[in-house]
Amino acid sequence: MARDSVGHTLAVATILCVVCSVLVASAAVGLRSRQEANKKQDQMKNVLIAAGLFDANENTADEVNSIFKDRIERVLIDLETGELAAADVVDPETYDQREAARKTELSAAVQPADGLGGIKRREKYAFVYEVRDDSGQVEQVVLPIYGKGLWSTLYGFLAVDSDGKTVRGITFYQHGETPGLGGEIENPNWKSLWVDKQLLDQSGEVAIEVIKGAVVENSAKAPNQIDGLSGATITASGVSQLVRYWVGFDAFGPFLEKLRQSGQGGSDG
Amino acid sequence: MAESKNKVVLTKPIFDNNPIALQVLGVCSALAVTSKLETSVVMSISVIVVLAFSNAAVSLIRKHIPGSIRIIVQMTIISSLVILVDQFLKAYSYEISKQLSVFVGLIITNCIVMGRAEAFAMKNPPLVSFFDGIGNGLGYSFILLAVGFVRELFGSGKLWGCEVLTLVKDGGWYVPNGLLLLPPSAFFLIGLLIWALRTWKPDQVEHGG
Repeated sequence: MARDSVGHTLAVATILCVVCSVLVASAAVGLRSRQEANKKQDQMKNVLIAAGLFDANENTADEVNSIFKDRIERVLIDLETGELAAADVVDPETYDQREAARKTELSAAVQPADGLGGIKRREKYAFVYEVRDDSGQVEQVVLPIYGKGLWSTLYGFLAVDSDGKTVRGITFYQHGETPGLGGEIENPNWKSLWVDKQLLDQSGEVAIEVIKGAVVENSAKAPNQIDGLSGATITASGVSQLVRYWVGFDAFGPFLEKLRQSGQGGSDG
Repeated sequence: MAESKNKVVLTKPIFDNNPIALQVLGVCSALAVTSKLETSVVMSISVIVVLAFSNAAVSLIRKHIPGSIRIIVQMTIISSLVILVDQFLKAYSYEISKQLSVFVGLIITNCIVMGRAEAFAMKNPPLVSFFDGIGNGLGYSFILLAVGFVRELFGSGKLWGCEVLTLVKDGGWYVPNGLLLLPPSAFFLIGLLIWALRTWKPDQVEHGG
């Protein structure tokens, strides 16, 4: 058969496609377990980063497991009540939070409907990572958060002080934003602006937001505001929206409210 | 004879026919991943691997590739190799693969890879094509490493993540040049490199239009 005949062309194309897809598929399947393990490790590390317990300059990757084991306790929360999820409804060991958002029986509609951008349903149960100090007291909680940026869904963690209203840190571990623009949400300098910001305003409403431009110091709203990212307006407003949603009444609001109340009864007294 | 040709295709692209400096290909990724030496090295290795094997593969079947679909055949081979590299990085070097983000995937569109497949591998036997791939990869790496070295050293005072110049904020004397951490600085560095290379080897200077 001639090299440029239709039959030969089709045959070459077919063989090439089969060979290449077998190669790619076998690599994807063969390496999946390692990649999953890496992802899990990366998530644990990001919980620690959000909580300020891990510094890439000081700690090595090997320490993630031991710090995590010493300091962090993972609990599964029923978002509606803010209480621990009943053990007979979901098993924390096998519960897959991302998968749950796609299942009707394990998810609920986002309230209000545009509260989380394009995302219409969220899981009913969410993991909370409690960070304990040496005496075993909860000193902060790390909440998993996600929402839409410009191109992609951003996944991250928000660390909140045990008073239920002060941000202790934020981090994003998975996103597909443009490097250098929206990708700057990973920039440590920007993330450090979040530390000590207040989730609520004086009247107790969720007020935290990423604004356009720089925060005016000493303004009344300054404790609730974070500088925007230039060249990344949509990503930044996505971050603003998703943080407000996840700390709001439809998500971790009830859980955080409990923290606030228990805090007042205890240390303040 | 054959051996000397291998050697020529291996070493020539480094200074005499550098893909970035002379052919000015693959500049996009050279800007993006060179803010640190470590990412530059991983990117270089990835490109060398992809170039060498795509060249060898294309050359191996060059007599069977129909002219009408040759570009898409090359593309398929290149993309498969890039996906393989990406998967391996995700499995064995997760941190770095996160830092390189889309740029590993973008090796597919790196003009050097496609350029060598079309210009060299389609006309030459597999072994020499393989070496041509490595040679061009090394040429690319040479620029990447040089730029990565300068940017990390003067941009953050470090080399390979270890402190070399103590920064002012850590009580040292060195004020880092923030521009060097941004992609545009690589433009200046690559420009300077091209200038230096053409001063050393004046025959690379283009004349007229």
